[in-house]
Amino acid sequence: MTDQTEWPLWEIFIRGQHGASHRHVGSLHAPDAEMAIKNARDVYTRRKEGVSIWAVPSAAIAASSPSKKGPMYDPAEDKAYRHPTFFNIPDEVGPM
Amino acid sequence: MDPLFEFLCRMGDNTLVLGHRLSEWCGKAPVLEEDIALANTALDLIGQTQMWLTYAGEVEGKGRDADRLAYFRDPYDFRCCLLVQQPNGDFGYTMMRQFLFDCYHLCLLDMLATGKGAGAPHRANPSSDQRIAEIAAKAVKEVTYQQERSADLVIRLGDGTEESHIRMQRALDALWPLTRDMAALDQVDHAMAEADVIADPGALASLWEYMARNVLAEATLIPPDVSHFQKGGKTGQMHSEHLGHLLAVMQSLPRSHPNASW
Repeated sequence: MTDQTEWPLWEIFIRGQHGASHRHVGSLHAPDAEMAIKNARDVYTRRKEGVSIWAVPSAAIAASSPSKKGPMYDPAEDKAYRHPTFFNIPDEVGPM
Repeated sequence: MDPLFEFLCRMGDNTLVLGHRLSEWCGKAPVLEEDIALANTALDLIGQTQMWLTYAGEVEGKGRDADRLAYFRDPYDFRCCLLVQQPNGDFGYTMMRQFLFDCYHLCLLDMLATGKGAGAPHRANPSSDQRIAEIAAKAVKEVTYQQERSADLVIRLGDGTEESHIRMQRALDALWPLTRDMAALDQVDHAMAEADVIADPGALASLWEYMARNVLAEATLIPPDVSHFQKGGKTGQMHSEHLGHLLAVMQSLPRSHPNASW
């Protein structure tokens, strides 16, 4: 062991039901991947929230910088034509 | 003495006392994740207690329900094994106690639910008592997870740092001499085997120990050579000094306010 005093941080993703996609639910500490899954089971699925768990080391996630918010997202602001809101979606298609 | 009532008290008292011990960690465990995991395990065990002691009360037929049995019996009427009575110690000590009991508990419930590990194939049947088979089938799912979790932690702490290894070996040295109490056979077990309530209780001692030794080897921990194994918890004949203190705390509220509800 190195001199680190805390277990590494993991991001937890849970799939609520078959067919749905995994959603980020939060983060927790664990010494390794196996224990991260077990801790996630105990912390995030106590009320039958899920059927599948992913644990990802937080350090492995590349994130965009909040300070670059302007250049990153503002240019999309006045481009309403990119939203497919001008189409009528038939009911049979279901949720998209 | 009705052996079935006795047997059910043993099942329910083990889960009650261990569940209470684990609840003592609530809010105090070394990390948040373990705190929640221990509380979950405690709740699983208390839930199992409710099923075992409710049935015990029905079998006894004197109008005692699970609460009455849990909160209004004195230490000498309890039938929990010595291992589960032991104080929590440090986190490693608690996990070692949990792991040793989980191995035994898992083998026992599996035998009641499916008859597995019961030796000859023609005896590999679930408990002849349908209610027991059903309770065991529900509990075995919870305990399968608990055993995986405690085994994982025993391996990580045993084969971890120098400090964690020393603490885990110390815990094993202290707790191992209490383990034969769990699966020691007496007339209750023989009566239950005779009635096919449990397939082969004599096989349990070697089944759980085999399971435990495999994990301990991986954890680089060595069970001590013990010449004398303490017994007397399971039969209620010689409990440890700790049980009375535990019950005094656990039972104080319902005894101070009988029939209180909320």
